[in-house]
Amino acid sequence: MEYRHSYEGEIRSGGSATPIPHPTQIWTPLRRNVLQYSLQLNGKTHSIEAEPGTPLLWVIRDELKLTGTKFGCGVASCGACTVHLDGEPVRSCQTLIEDVGGSEVTTIEGLESPEAKAVQQAWVELDVVQCGYCQSGQVMSAAGLLKENPKPSAEEIDDYMWGNACRCATYQRIRAGVQRASEIMEA
Amino acid sequence: MTVHSSRRGFLKGAAAATAVFMVGVRPNGVLAAASAESKMFNPFVKIGSDGSVTAIVKHFEKGQGPATGLPTLIAEELGLRMDQIDYEFAPSNPQVYSNLLFGQFQGTGGSTAMANSFMQYRKAGAAAREMLISAAADEWGVDAAGLRIEEGMVVGAGKSAPIGEFAAGAAGLEPPAEPKLKDPGEFRLIGDPDVRRLDTEIKSNGTAKFAMDLHLPNQMIAVIKRPPRKDGMAVGMDDSGAKAIKGFINAAILPNKAGVAVYAENTWAALQAREALDVEWDMSQAESRSSDEIKAEIIAALSAEPEFNVLKNDHGAINAALDGAATVVEETFYFPLLAHAPMEPLNCTIEATADGGILLHDGCQFPTGPHMALAQIFQLPMEKIRINTMLAGGSFGWRATPDADYQVEAALAFVMTDRSRPVKLVWSREDDIKGGRYRPAFGHKVRVGLDGDGNIVGWDHRIAGQSIMKGTPFEALTVHDGVDHSSVEGVSDTPYRIPGQFVGLTDTQKATSLLWWRSVGHTHTAYVMEVMMDLAAKAAGRDPVEFRLAHLNGEKDQDRMAGVLKLAAEKGNWGRVPEGRAQGVAVHKSFGSYVAEVLEISGNAEDGVRIENVTCAVDCGIAVNPDIVKAQMEGGIGYGIGHVMRDQITLTGGEVDQFNFPDYEPLRISDIQAIDVHIVASQEMPTGVGEPGTPPAAPALANAISAASNNLRVSSLPMAENGVSFA
Repeated sequence: MEYRHSYEGEIRSGGSATPIPHPTQIWTPLRRNVLQYSLQLNGKTHSIEAEPGTPLLWVIRDELKLTGTKFGCGVASCGACTVHLDGEPVRSCQTLIEDVGGSEVTTIEGLESPEAKAVQQAWVELDVVQCGYCQSGQVMSAAGLLKENPKPSAEEIDDYMWGNACRCATYQRIRAGVQRASEIMEA
Repeated sequence: MTVHSSRRGFLKGAAAATAVFMVGVRPNGVLAAASAESKMFNPFVKIGSDGSVTAIVKHFEKGQGPATGLPTLIAEELGLRMDQIDYEFAPSNPQVYSNLLFGQFQGTGGSTAMANSFMQYRKAGAAAREMLISAAADEWGVDAAGLRIEEGMVVGAGKSAPIGEFAAGAAGLEPPAEPKLKDPGEFRLIGDPDVRRLDTEIKSNGTAKFAMDLHLPNQMIAVIKRPPRKDGMAVGMDDSGAKAIKGFINAAILPNKAGVAVYAENTWAALQAREALDVEWDMSQAESRSSDEIKAEIIAALSAEPEFNVLKNDHGAINAALDGAATVVEETFYFPLLAHAPMEPLNCTIEATADGGILLHDGCQFPTGPHMALAQIFQLPMEKIRINTMLAGGSFGWRATPDADYQVEAALAFVMTDRSRPVKLVWSREDDIKGGRYRPAFGHKVRVGLDGDGNIVGWDHRIAGQSIMKGTPFEALTVHDGVDHSSVEGVSDTPYRIPGQFVGLTDTQKATSLLWWRSVGHTHTAYVMEVMMDLAAKAAGRDPVEFRLAHLNGEKDQDRMAGVLKLAAEKGNWGRVPEGRAQGVAVHKSFGSYVAEVLEISGNAEDGVRIENVTCAVDCGIAVNPDIVKAQMEGGIGYGIGHVMRDQITLTGGEVDQFNFPDYEPLRISDIQAIDVHIVASQEMPTGVGEPGTPPAAPALANAISAASNNLRVSSLPMAENGVSFA
């Protein structure tokens, strides 16, 4: 098996003609607009330097390195980035750092509510996951649903979970998992 | 060295410090054992003196289950409970970890993971069992024949001890050439519906590490500014706007001019800097066609004599038979381009290692491809390139590109730096939808002739579309006499008994870039075959299930296909339709497995269709992990249905019209009310499950809609753009 790539000539001729970015060469921003934010997250206070307009998602993933919250679409269309703001599910890719204010942010790593524990137990019992990339967001939304409505009907589950996409289509088990979590909570 | 995606990392840390016993296959294929320190062996099984057992999994995990299935095979033969085995992903080494159905190529695809591993991993487990028993027999001074392993304990001769105690002793023994495998009747784990996935807990609590989650010290993020149309080339660039972004590092045109690499300290800065970049493009070679032109070319090709006569039979004679038929049913179909859109956008990370090599961190589907490509780019011998395979957030074909495109992109972004910092390449969802490699567009034109008794007497089937395999390294394997098998699979090899079947294929000009997509050719061929079978049954005045069964008899292949059809019909209450409901059925063989689906809807095309339930029957040989088989059917059905309902990629003047999930709408939880999967008990060798659930789903839906909507023919997709509304 042979691999042919169009870049072969360029690489072999001794490097590229384009500038080499040096790792220490960080541009001095022309427009300094970085502010200091105090972020309440998973029971701790974090001091965050960021430009206004920075999505909470990237603060969580890249600054705090909590990677359970996923990047899926960046436009609040898939729910993989779902976190709780004062206990309510929100899409962190469309929640800007300056809008968090004094609210408490909970990510999957800090999720400890009885609803969450029931959801995670049900997810394991039913093997809900496949690739798993969306499942942090599914669990965050499911926990939010059960807090609001401990005994949701199938239709109420579908309405609430509609925005959480799963490309593996684990939806049958997500629905069953929420119902099972509801039973676990009742027991 | 492999990196763990482990539930019990602490166990492995302990194991690493102790004597470790490993069983695997040498490059020459002989089973062999070695201590952990040995460089000679690339094992499938690793056993620590603390008793920890690790399966080395050669297939990547994108949700389809090998990280559970392959350990199940080892645990079965070795005598373990499932909570006594863990897994690691194998390093890249095609001599040792090749897919046995791909030649000397390590990779996952074509629903082959279990099919090619079933005997290999059982043998590895059985060899370890025999060697451990032998070591125990030596130590105890008893006959090995009286010993066995149960739940991780060597027992017999009135003694009992954990297997870990014999790991060091067993490591020095000669491995058995042909270890004795269990009879299927002795299986405890294989076929047990209660075996759970090994990766559910980490995927439910946020601790699972996908490639996207890697944070190496000092890493840079790279995103690529891509041309607005495929094959545009970057010829100039102004990054003065990007310099205002905090965290922006630099930007540079890729050596192959395919785009501009934007480097930044973090992902958000990289994405913003990319927006602020001005790029001058040379679009003279870029894709300029619209999807309407692509469709027109395909439809026109269907009316001409096909380029290839796939079955090499007499088209004229078959046409004559059709001319003489009592009834002829005819239909033309069109299938648009589709994107894969796995949940985790493409990404990978490249770093230089202390020994002068390169380490790629990747949810790597085809390790051998990027391994060879990176060796070439960095001008390094193969052994200096290592791949750390991490969990992948879905693929559906996307992570298996014949030219290792995104890993090459990352390597080009890395090669332009001074290589002191790891480079993590990140694709956005817009990159994914707009820059995808798409399921090719295809057209079919079919004429089916029936005799006076309603039996098929001729079947003229013309296919036109874009070959996936031609021009790739897989061409030699899949293209014969000009015919790309992946363009006609599911038609030319149908198990149906079809007298006078002509299959013609015309390759049309390649549009944008193409790639296999969950179930490959079967994505369109199953739809056409099963919608035509329904149209023919209706024309014959016969029940669709009975009509299919009448054309499935006599051979094992046909019996297995008939078997799933009967089971789905029985479990799905075929023919007993509640008021206000309609049913559709489809059955198809793909990747060695047989799947039938009975789909029930309420409503109709005009007032809105709602999918009430799907009853699925699958025959995949021995179902190693039945619950994973069911999950793959559920997911495969959803994947098939979601796309035919409302998804397509269209081009205007060469530019992709869609950008993200708002206009490439994923299947949602409310789209299917229920799925019920039944597995046919079988002693046949395991066959595929990742893809075969997908092909019958869409035609079953089309047939149900037709039944509910005055025989409406849904022949162009997506349905929502072709006369079907959904509730």
